[in-house]
Amino acid sequence: MASGVGRLEAVAAGGELAGVTRSRRSLRPRRPRDAVKSFALTFAIVAVLAAFLSPMVRSALVSLKTPDQLSETNAPLLPSLPRQLEYQGKSVDIYVVPMPDGSSRQLALVKPGRTQSTFVDPADPALAPIVWQGAWRTLDRAWQLAPAWQNYVDVWNLIDFPRLLFNTVALALISMVGTLVSCTLVAYGFARFRFPGRSLLFTILIATIFLPGAVTIIPTYTMFAKLGWVGTWLPLLVPTFFANAFDVFLIRQYFLTIPREMDEAAAIDGAGPFRTLVSVILPQAWPAIIAVAIFHLVYAWNDFFNPLIYLSTRPELQPLAVGLQRFNGIHYRNPAYVQAGTLMTMLIPVVLFLVFQRVFTRGVVITGVDK
Amino acid sequence: MTAISRPARARQAADRPRRRRLSPLARREAFWGYLFISPWIIGFLVFVLGPMIASLLFTFTNINLAQETPLAFVGLKNWQTLLGDGQAWAALGVTFRFALLQLPVIIALPFILALALNSKYLKGQGLFRVLFFLPYVIPFVSGVLIWQGMLNLETGWVNMALRWLGVENPPNWLNDSAVIYPALVMIGVWGIGAGIIVNLAGLRGIPTELYDAAKIDGAGFWGALRHITLPMMSPVIFYTLVLAIVDVLQYFLVPLVINNGTGEPSGSTFFFNLYLYKNFFTYQNMAYGATLAWLLFLVTLVVSLLVFRSSRRWVYYAGER
Repeated sequence: MASGVGRLEAVAAGGELAGVTRSRRSLRPRRPRDAVKSFALTFAIVAVLAAFLSPMVRSALVSLKTPDQLSETNAPLLPSLPRQLEYQGKSVDIYVVPMPDGSSRQLALVKPGRTQSTFVDPADPALAPIVWQGAWRTLDRAWQLAPAWQNYVDVWNLIDFPRLLFNTVALALISMVGTLVSCTLVAYGFARFRFPGRSLLFTILIATIFLPGAVTIIPTYTMFAKLGWVGTWLPLLVPTFFANAFDVFLIRQYFLTIPREMDEAAAIDGAGPFRTLVSVILPQAWPAIIAVAIFHLVYAWNDFFNPLIYLSTRPELQPLAVGLQRFNGIHYRNPAYVQAGTLMTMLIPVVLFLVFQRVFTRGVVITGVDK
Repeated sequence: MTAISRPARARQAADRPRRRRLSPLARREAFWGYLFISPWIIGFLVFVLGPMIASLLFTFTNINLAQETPLAFVGLKNWQTLLGDGQAWAALGVTFRFALLQLPVIIALPFILALALNSKYLKGQGLFRVLFFLPYVIPFVSGVLIWQGMLNLETGWVNMALRWLGVENPPNWLNDSAVIYPALVMIGVWGIGAGIIVNLAGLRGIPTELYDAAKIDGAGFWGALRHITLPMMSPVIFYTLVLAIVDVLQYFLVPLVINNGTGEPSGSTFFFNLYLYKNFFTYQNMAYGATLAWLLFLVTLVVSLLVFRSSRRWVYYAGER
């Protein structure tokens, strides 16, 4: 892995990445003014990052709340339940009660009244009741931490998660195979063979990245409709077997870094071009292949528009992205369900990214900078 | 762009004089080359070039999916309808107004964050880079639903923060046409991770000697930024700008998820591509949809060409001249 990734890195920024980190270290600030700058900048970035990621934290907290807590305006941020006490055979609510000495205690309200109420200490209800002067309705409820994990179980069943997950994984894997096979062949053709019109064709390939999809979608949709493919997976799978500009570019850049001497040696030994690809090039190129595979998995997982238009009439064939949108349309009144479904949908791409984050950032650099 | 090794380039140069008649060996090589790229050639013809031509032809017909009236050429009728279609032009206006707000943010913010992350005063840069990229991999619908909650009038954290800062009546972000564009830009900002990484790689590609020389000449941070960083980064900024323009002119999926493509609040999210989508998907009027698509394509082309022309003035390519 290390040597292969190192090569991708060298392609990416002319070897700058590794060198820069080393020189940065020697420039580490030593003077006190530099330490202040360093602290201020780090603090600012942490603050921006906290704001940037806070929506995810909110989503996770909301997903664990009960409808009771969501409808309460003064409820705490953390998923909680109002504290209650079993008192003489019924449950009574616990409130935060200010005491005459300025402190406040959590007490159970056993006899509410307009101007004075009677409380007991929930720690020891047998003690003498406490009479408190004031309107109990102005008091805040006492809460205790209680994440509603049940929400996830509910959503798992309500959204039919196993079915959606199966569809998503199947679509992602089949189209991944299509992408890998076709893009490898095309990249090999562009990287290793000279033929008339090669640079023109390559320019056209890259130009398709800038082509607005809107200008091709209508005849494509019409074609698939006439073929009877709308309402099946075919419109989402078949095009992936015909290569795409991003992934061809990424693989080709990598192929160019593999020395030609080895395939020339294979050719002298009598290997044909196909054999050379399979037994000489591919064994050296797997960092690029893995990068494209991971990129494609996340892309296919997150695609919303294509499954939306081609599978709108067939809920049982839809992937998670479309299923989640439908779920939101039905359950929008319960934000906890919506956020739980949201997190269940994003779990796998996020984990894939965290595991393969180096592959991701290098891939972005190669497709984003080298062109 | 094409990093061909030196011997290969020499070989290519040697081939040039007899390019017209390839030797048998070269012909064999060309055959294999075409064979290997044939999946893309077929895909390009079937899924790109063919549909482009077809959609242009569609604009001169009455084609729709139900086709109750027989298919016929109608000349420029669709284009005439388009000229008098107030809804289409209003939708184009909506798209442009949004683009004017979205583009500067989506270009400048990744650049600024990359500058900060690249600073020698920052520690833990790798970790920050990963965390800023993270939302980029969150599925589109998940991201939109997370932000829908975040921007909720009562329970959203944006408004809770504003109330905590003393704002008494924070805006109803997603239901008020006065603030809906800033809200949508906020959602869009969640995807700047890739932009940050591209900008970071660009910044690291700037030779450090340039900064050393500037320092000797007495340039401070701002001087170096203006005379070295910005010119050296202009090709990266140019590339991200062109891609962002193509993207923003097709914008409509976020409001489609948030309010089901109704264009609410008061038509402010009735984007051009939403109108196009309704024509071809909801009404299945392929002819008029294709006319709208070609208008969008032409507009994108004109805007991109204007940016390309202007690039001669502000994009600096090292090694040129």
